[in-house]
Amino acid sequence: MKVPVKWLKEYIDITVSLKELAERLTMAGTEVSVLSLGGESWDGVVIGCVEEIEPHPNADRLRLVTVDTADEKHKVVCGAPNLTIGDKIAFATLGAELTDGHSGKKAVLKEAKIRGVVSCGMVCSEMELGISQSHEGILVLPPEAPLGRPLADFLGDTVFDLEITPNRPDMLSMLGVAIEAAALTGQKVKMPKVCYEETGTAIAEQVLVEIADKDLCPRYCASLVHNIKVGESPDWLKQRLIACGMRPISNIVDITNYVMLEYGQPMHGFDLERLKDKKIIVRRARAGEVITTLDDIERKLDDKTLVIADSQKAVAIAGVMGGANSEMNENTTSILLESANFNPASIHFTSHGLKLVSEASMRFERAIRPDLTVPALKRATQLMVELAGGEAAEGIIDVYPGKKDIKPVQLRLGEAKRLLGVEFSPQQIEETLQSLGFGVKKVKDGEYGVTPSDWRSDINIEADVVEEIARIIGYDKIPMSLIGGALQQQNPEPMLAFKSGVRNIIAGYGFQEIIGFSLASTEAMEKVLNVAPLKPAPVHLLNAMTAEHEYLRTTLRSNLLTALAENLKHEDAAIKLFEQGRVYLPRLNDLPEEPEMLCGIMSSEAEKSWPNAPQVFDFFSAKGIVEGLLSQLDIEADYAESNDAGLCPGKQAAVIIDGRGIGVVGEISPQVAAAFELKKGVYLFELDLTQLLSHTLGHGVYRKINRFPSVMRDIALVVDDKTSHRQLLDAMKGFPLVEKVTLFDVYSGKQVPEGKKSLAYRISYQSAKDTLTDKEVDKIQQKILNKLSGKFGATLRA
Amino acid sequence: MLQQLQEIKEKALAELSAIGGVKELEAWRICYMGKKSRLNEVLRGLSALPIEERKAVGAASNKLKLELEEKLAQKEAIIGRQSLQSKQQECLDITLPGRRPPMGRLHPVTQVVSELCGIFASMGFQVLEGPEVEWDYYNFEALNIPAEHPARDTMATLWVDYQNKKGERPMLMRTHTSPMQIRVMENQKPPMRVVVPGKVYRYEAIDATHIPMFHQIEGFAIDTDITMADLKGTLYEFARRFFGRDRKARFRCDYFPFVEPGVEMAIECAVCKGSGCRLCSNSGWIEILGAGMVHPRVLERVGIDPSEHSGFAFGMGIERIPMLRYGIDDIRLFYGSDLRFLRQF
Repeated sequence: MKVPVKWLKEYIDITVSLKELAERLTMAGTEVSVLSLGGESWDGVVIGCVEEIEPHPNADRLRLVTVDTADEKHKVVCGAPNLTIGDKIAFATLGAELTDGHSGKKAVLKEAKIRGVVSCGMVCSEMELGISQSHEGILVLPPEAPLGRPLADFLGDTVFDLEITPNRPDMLSMLGVAIEAAALTGQKVKMPKVCYEETGTAIAEQVLVEIADKDLCPRYCASLVHNIKVGESPDWLKQRLIACGMRPISNIVDITNYVMLEYGQPMHGFDLERLKDKKIIVRRARAGEVITTLDDIERKLDDKTLVIADSQKAVAIAGVMGGANSEMNENTTSILLESANFNPASIHFTSHGLKLVSEASMRFERAIRPDLTVPALKRATQLMVELAGGEAAEGIIDVYPGKKDIKPVQLRLGEAKRLLGVEFSPQQIEETLQSLGFGVKKVKDGEYGVTPSDWRSDINIEADVVEEIARIIGYDKIPMSLIGGALQQQNPEPMLAFKSGVRNIIAGYGFQEIIGFSLASTEAMEKVLNVAPLKPAPVHLLNAMTAEHEYLRTTLRSNLLTALAENLKHEDAAIKLFEQGRVYLPRLNDLPEEPEMLCGIMSSEAEKSWPNAPQVFDFFSAKGIVEGLLSQLDIEADYAESNDAGLCPGKQAAVIIDGRGIGVVGEISPQVAAAFELKKGVYLFELDLTQLLSHTLGHGVYRKINRFPSVMRDIALVVDDKTSHRQLLDAMKGFPLVEKVTLFDVYSGKQVPEGKKSLAYRISYQSAKDTLTDKEVDKIQQKILNKLSGKFGATLRA
Repeated sequence: MLQQLQEIKEKALAELSAIGGVKELEAWRICYMGKKSRLNEVLRGLSALPIEERKAVGAASNKLKLELEEKLAQKEAIIGRQSLQSKQQECLDITLPGRRPPMGRLHPVTQVVSELCGIFASMGFQVLEGPEVEWDYYNFEALNIPAEHPARDTMATLWVDYQNKKGERPMLMRTHTSPMQIRVMENQKPPMRVVVPGKVYRYEAIDATHIPMFHQIEGFAIDTDITMADLKGTLYEFARRFFGRDRKARFRCDYFPFVEPGVEMAIECAVCKGSGCRLCSNSGWIEILGAGMVHPRVLERVGIDPSEHSGFAFGMGIERIPMLRYGIDDIRLFYGSDLRFLRQF
């Protein structure tokens, strides 16, 4: 909402600086930016008159316009369609700083050659002048605008640009803003004086209004004005509309817009002669009913849309936009003025359904009060009489099926204190509420009945009144305290600390954390998982902005691989990345499951460091990360063969805990690597943290340190290639006094027969009771060798 | 014989003072103090002397022995020091880079979330998390935002392609972390103090200030006597700890359907210190969060009697904070996974 300060001053005396007033309005709930119309921004813009219009020699859509600025004539190229000879316009001379109509950025006007014709200056649109966003055609000024004078002298003003919160339709009106400003500066509002003469037959005998769908239209008021002389509005009215960013059209249209801006009550005028049977019926549209709105667009309606109809057809979409079939025009002599109230929800759905947000719908959907209809109607009728020479029929029509007894809102002083934590005096509270135009009636000591002004629809419960007190007195008057009382019992979610611990461990291993979007495409996920279609099918979004974000991810891999591929374009060293986040797995008729996952990847090129040769990552580097993590978490895991399609067959393993697969580690399959244009081997690990968490909840028990020395024996076994380390290990670990078995070498090649490999172990023997003798150890070691030889054909390497 | 001893002493000390190495020192020791040393030879002839002389020579030779030992120890110390010094002269190019263990860092958003949670945890708030895919009921309806409410327009929603038996589409990507107010209040009894960090989603085209997924942190406290002064005290204390004690903060009135009275909190712009600049759109203030007293209807809906209990709630965007702190001008950088960006934090 644009509030021109000159206009605002008609209702209140502004006793503080404009900056201060804007600041107080902002602090009280409505953000204000102070715009200056004119001043420096309009340097070099003068009022001109269109003297001649010729076609452009080289362009059909452009014209050559001669502009008279009293002392000079300028020939400029102009593309606007709405120029006629004699129009007063805003003319920017070279050097003026204008807002570009397309980019919205400020630029200094320079001489330009447009399609071969030199243009020195510009005929401005509202947008170029910074008045509004409108860039359809140029701004035509009232004919009285003084030729050759700076535009700032004629239109210059300071404008408050208000950001309206959804609860404050009153701030979409000059009077509402005046009331607010008055309360914040200790002033009184001067309301417009409304009176006019009524003549002739009563409106009730000439027009019939019927509300068929009372649920959607609580109140419909109308007045009738005959013998209207359609023409231009007076200067002051046009200037005010322009300053508010609205374009003057004709006196009768301007008046409806003016009153809407003044009172916040949308108005509509129908050409009485075009209303069949002079009848208004407020009803739901018939399915398939069609109406052409004022913007010349034909719109198909459904039976949820409320329309204003005559006895035959819809003539307006209620509260949104009028119909072309009943539009006022230059031949109109009798106007039926509508000032009605509509159901906010219905207007919201209609306006959003039709993608048609109008000044009217914006106000109705914020629930303006039915009480505004009559004052606004009378004001508009008065202006029709005063400014368009009309004769008002006697009385008004007021159909008010939605009338409710408004009960005052209870305010207990104790409640104000209970919510705000500070006590204001009864007198201060009374005065504050009265300054907003609220009725304040004392019910008993410490309790009031509060009746908000007609502009306010957001004061319904005690807390609403408390907010009014606080915001007008000022939030800066609220003291500060810290919550007292007992602390609640804390039941920390174990997942939070767990996730954070895991992240720290993985980052400690040199992995950089990334966070990727949870939104993905099926293609991206299929590409990285190497399966199609995905199982389970991912959760699908109805209104994704792009195809890339149409589904919820079921894997963290695709963000990581994309990130790796992107980073490899500018990094040649090793890259290790991880993400810890959720994936989304659909469930029938319920919200998806959102398990917490961990995924890490490492590219095979290892870090280069002097003087060591670069170490290269392989499967065991990735597995080592998982082992390290699990060991820090004190979890024991098994590794089993797996067949993840996204990983290389034979170079991957499932991570098994208590018989359940909770993750996988392996090398990215060549197909997947190729799809991301990754050449070197890439290794990945993936763990389901939600499942992992349940294995970490207990904790181990301290083991006594064994003070007896251990005895180390190294053995190098030659076994069949197919015999796994795990098999040998299990066999050795079963023996008494074997405290630890560590693998320290794996070899195949020369000195080892074809099809065999050599594994070297260090076995550590230790007893908890005494110091072992060589003899004892020899005995067990022999047993171990016998077993290994018997079971796996293992021999000692010579 | 005493004469002999004097000669040995003079010779030994003269030789000793010329010695510079460990090996020579050892040879000297063997020569003068070993079993076959000249001193021992002198002592072996001792028995042939008369008793008086034997005493004198014995005492003198013992004295000499002790003296030589002492000089030897001194010399050893000197030579040891010298050899250490010479070792120290083999010096390293200490400007060569150290071998660092591989370094990984946490994402800046993770870092800020944990910092924020830490501050609120220290004020007695419990950290909880909630689902990112939500029901309309929790995201809107229960928070006083019915279907036709204009506030819905300010939170463009991503809807899940799911239809229930009634033909409604009630599943969505949460647009804020506030649904957890309802979920927690449904399941716990006051008093409660909770903060909820997490991802939220909006139907937004991506540009330098908009992305479809970002992070928020929600906080709320419900008890029998929670006031707006408590809200102000809690949030100012947070701002003091997080942004520094000298950063000014302000409360202004704002509107959110699920609180009444409603608050917007801003901190002084760090760039212009309140005088107005481009970053703060000339206002001198940077908005950081929305807050207010929990709306009585919200409490009623979860079965908490608003005449007995009151509470406050606040919600804050996370990315904004590192953007302000580090001067980051493009929110997309957080999710672009570019190491040249992420390694800076």
